[in-house]
Amino acid sequence: MSETKIRSYAYYPGCSLEATSIPYDISLRAIAPILGMELREIEDWNCCGASAYFSTDQIMGFALAARNLVFAEEMGLDVLAPCAACYAILKKANNYFNDDPKVEQMVNRALATAGLEYKGGAKVRHLLDVLVNDFEPYEITDKVVKKLNGMKLAPYYGCMVVRPTPSFDNPWQPESMDKFLTNLGAEVVHYPLKTKCCGGTFISTHKEIAFRLVHNLLRNAKDNGADAIVCICPLCQFNLDNYQRKIAKEYRDEIKIPVVYLSQILGIALGIDKKKLGLKEHTIRFEPVIAQYVGL
Amino acid sequence: MVAKTEHFWEEKVDTHFLDEVFAIPGGKKIRACIQCGTCSGSCPMCPDMDYSPRQIFAMTRAGLKESVLSSTAIWLCTACYSCAVRCPKDIKITDIMYKLKQLSLKHGLKNPAEKRSPVLLSNFVKVVRKYGRSHERSLLTRYFLKTGVFQILDYVGLGLRLFTKGRLPIFGKKIKGVKEVRTIMDYCLRKEEKVNV
Repeated sequence: MSETKIRSYAYYPGCSLEATSIPYDISLRAIAPILGMELREIEDWNCCGASAYFSTDQIMGFALAARNLVFAEEMGLDVLAPCAACYAILKKANNYFNDDPKVEQMVNRALATAGLEYKGGAKVRHLLDVLVNDFEPYEITDKVVKKLNGMKLAPYYGCMVVRPTPSFDNPWQPESMDKFLTNLGAEVVHYPLKTKCCGGTFISTHKEIAFRLVHNLLRNAKDNGADAIVCICPLCQFNLDNYQRKIAKEYRDEIKIPVVYLSQILGIALGIDKKKLGLKEHTIRFEPVIAQYVGL
Repeated sequence: MVAKTEHFWEEKVDTHFLDEVFAIPGGKKIRACIQCGTCSGSCPMCPDMDYSPRQIFAMTRAGLKESVLSSTAIWLCTACYSCAVRCPKDIKITDIMYKLKQLSLKHGLKNPAEKRSPVLLSNFVKVVRKYGRSHERSLLTRYFLKTGVFQILDYVGLGLRLFTKGRLPIFGKKIKGVKEVRTIMDYCLRKEEKVNV
């Protein structure tokens, strides 16, 4: 076994990882030391804005995202954002800042009111991007103590990790997570809807539409024989996991499929105690699947 | 799809409308739209919109400001970027949809059937202005108070389950730099000196 190389990141958890998606945060913090990832949380980060700022004022969206990038730039580390929306927004703000001098000027004018200045030097990364591109596959597989023994998983990328472009994977048929899960010993099922939208915030505003989208995603995974869906976005996980009972009623179609985070799956393969991965927080329990394939 | 079929010959054309869309970075690319409909075909929300994205773009270019800004279509965009990565002309469709939302709020042209998204989004901004971060409990309370308190009944079970697991904190916590965040927001919203964006 090779020696563990330490890699440091400016960790940007994002608002949902502090509340509804606590399991994502704790499982990530549990796997990090084993992989030699040092997560240095950006001090006093603010909300990235999700999609709300852009509906109010585009420059405001960029400027508030840039406040976080200023701090990351000072740290001199890549930003690690596990939340897909945070990742997309911070990356978008960064790209526009660096590509358009007019945006640069206006963002810096807005930041100057708070005594800050951004030079454009931060780099924004998603957890999946880091796991597949910073690590050689053997650096992770060497540390796997519990192979997943053909557990059938549907990799769900959602919208924001692979789009908007430019991204580290194909915006329609991404394969990085497929390969990553296969390396852990899982059997990745065919999942044609892997980049389709889950409805996002529409789950609170337009339930009927969001339910239709979520139902498609769940049904498609089940039809292809998946034991669980693997997510890399807090909102996707929330929508897919928590509304299954209501959707079953609405569509008269009981699906019942666990929806877990990539960090939790990885944690199990690395032999971390289930309790430290926040698995008991999920509505549809994943433990039976673990018992079936990996043992207790 | 509930596509509208009425004709627009009675609507006044606003020749400055398109200029407002041009103002966003890359906004001028809307001129290159070939009306191929790839956006509509990619859109997961299209079946629920009054106008398809392709129609919205045709109407925007024609200067039909009132019909565009009071459509439900612009508010049904979830920003999944499916259209934007497929557009053969590389039009920043999602950004333009955002701009249309902004203009709809600015000009007060709301569709009475579609007030839920604007309420959620504007209250999200208010919550962030207060705390510096998002706080789901505050946001949902504000949202339900404005769109119908009885909806809460639908969420009681889920809310309680999340609350007991510590996933729905009752009180928000302000970040240290909340004043910085507010200054930046206020500056951007004043923006007299911000020409054209």
